[in-house]
Amino acid sequence: MKSADPATLTVAYDTATGGRAELGVPVGPAVQRTYWQSVGRRVRRDSYTVICAAVLLLITAAAVFAPWLGLDDPTFSNVAKRLLPVGSPDHVLGTDELGRDMLSRLIYGGRLSLMMGVLPVAAALLIGGALGLIAGFAGGRTNMAIMRVTDVFYAFPSILLAVAIAGSLGAGLTNALLAITIVFIPPITRVTESVTTQVRTMDFVEAARASGASTYAIIRVHILGNVLGPILVYATVLVSVSILIAAGLSFIGLGASPPAAEWGLMLNTLRESIFLAPLNSVLPGFMIFVTSMCFNLISDGLRSAMDVRF
Amino acid sequence: MLTVTNLRKYFPVRAQALGGPKVVVQAVDGVSFSIAQGDTLGIVGESGCGKSTTARLLMQLIEPDAGEIRFDGRKLGGSGMSIRELRRNMQMVFQDSYASLNPRLAVQDSIAFGPRTHGMSAQAARAKARELLGLVNLDPDQFGPRYPHELSGGQRQRVNFARALALEPRLVILDEAVSALDKSIEAQVLNLLMDLKANLGLTYLFISHDLSVVQYVSDHVLVMYLGKVVEVGPVDDVYHRARHPYTVALLNSRPSMDPDVHVEQPPLAGDPPSPIGPPSGCRFRTRCAFAEEVCARAEPALTVQDTSPAHAAACHMVIPGSGHSRAVQQGASHVPPPASLA
Repeated sequence: MKSADPATLTVAYDTATGGRAELGVPVGPAVQRTYWQSVGRRVRRDSYTVICAAVLLLITAAAVFAPWLGLDDPTFSNVAKRLLPVGSPDHVLGTDELGRDMLSRLIYGGRLSLMMGVLPVAAALLIGGALGLIAGFAGGRTNMAIMRVTDVFYAFPSILLAVAIAGSLGAGLTNALLAITIVFIPPITRVTESVTTQVRTMDFVEAARASGASTYAIIRVHILGNVLGPILVYATVLVSVSILIAAGLSFIGLGASPPAAEWGLMLNTLRESIFLAPLNSVLPGFMIFVTSMCFNLISDGLRSAMDVRF
Repeated sequence: MLTVTNLRKYFPVRAQALGGPKVVVQAVDGVSFSIAQGDTLGIVGESGCGKSTTARLLMQLIEPDAGEIRFDGRKLGGSGMSIRELRRNMQMVFQDSYASLNPRLAVQDSIAFGPRTHGMSAQAARAKARELLGLVNLDPDQFGPRYPHELSGGQRQRVNFARALALEPRLVILDEAVSALDKSIEAQVLNLLMDLKANLGLTYLFISHDLSVVQYVSDHVLVMYLGKVVEVGPVDDVYHRARHPYTVALLNSRPSMDPDVHVEQPPLAGDPPSPIGPPSGCRFRTRCAFAEEVCARAEPALTVQDTSPAHAAACHMVIPGSGHSRAVQQGASHVPPPASLA
């Protein structure tokens, strides 16, 4: 009978590894993964999230590389060929009410729509995140001052607030972006504040303070690492909301203006043709739906992947 | 080594009614004690008596309202010792082994954080962390890269010890550090603590509600009730010759190891009174079987008896001439705090 290879049975610390040595399971040195590496691993095992990410990547890549895809000019109109049905030989997705190629307009429209989804959230993340961190970490009067001001903004529904701000600033892309950013600062501030407050009172922060660490080091090492996850999840949801609000603003004429291609705007202009070419009219809405759905599902996936503790 | 005089912390509570009187919780009220080098001082008491607040006040995690802290004879604050220096000499282990480790950091990085903030290079701090893991009987290769949720409670608490030891403190405050562990693991960890103390020449401040554990590890014991010290002294004196009725009641509440010995009545009924507006005079009088009129009128000072000068109790019955019918006649003398233990 062959004796077992002693190397596979030797364990450095029997007591420390519990019963594993008795089971004959060789115990090698543990591999250290950073938190984000293990989140990455979990995301990759989640098929819904992977599919959504792939779809989103496709839409984004198409939008970014639109000029090199050999598409028709999205603003070139040909009234003779207006409202061609989906599946026409020259226009795979048909044409709109001015005879512009739908495929081209949808892909080019993604540029504006995605930008209006991501930019306001990113800007609000920087401002609201910083405000929330300050409010949560400082507590007391500072917290009061910051959080009560954000409460004022909370009094209005987000879409109404966006319309009000964009309306008072005047129509136009920049103003729409600005309006949506302002709308998103309060919720991000509040989420950051509540997570920071929660983390700040935990014993490991006390222990870090007891070790004589500076406030900056505590925030950087102990607070930020624990706060970033939940905020990122929330921000992903906001991207989909942002796309919707942006589409809404464009729809009522406060965002992108013709002849630019933007999904919300396209939805508005095609609205009158809904009985003539129903499929064409629905396409921009479908893109909005798919994109915001993907962001939502990715956010869900991220949430469960980041839930490493508990 | 560590001398604390008249430490006090009142927490303000929101006023009951608008413009009503300001209400405070007298969490720690005039606590004085001292710990000698190499000693273990056990602090016992019911929940909410101010044990943990005392620990946090010592670490300056909350600022004391009043009181003086001296480490090695040097006064904290002002021109004396800085808080940062105090924290290098004094570290603390918390009760909740999970909450006291950052879930986003591998345990060796958690341990290395302290030395890093005191200017050690990343590499040296990592090496130090691995050495400390070995010291608490955890294989650095196995456990260093792991995250807190991948460890058991006992292992996590050992990591917390390693983290506390990373700054090479001389005094370690153990705030219910073994209370949350299984009994078998608790014994293991206690023995590790005793070994560490002997090998590294540490001094412990051991806070627990478990009287048996305190008896096992401590050289001196301090009994707290509603933010005040009621009895303090060498562990044998306090456990075998308790003077304060509260200490007696606490000790009687311990389950007996002999199944034939039954306790007929609960030694103490009810909860301690609220630390918001505690009873006048002696704070224990509302639950004390020997309470008399004098107990409501005057607050008893910590008083020692000549027979054992290190053993002090704050009860009118041990103060001669206090007016209590059971007061001792002689052999006692009043000593102002702090009661010297060293």
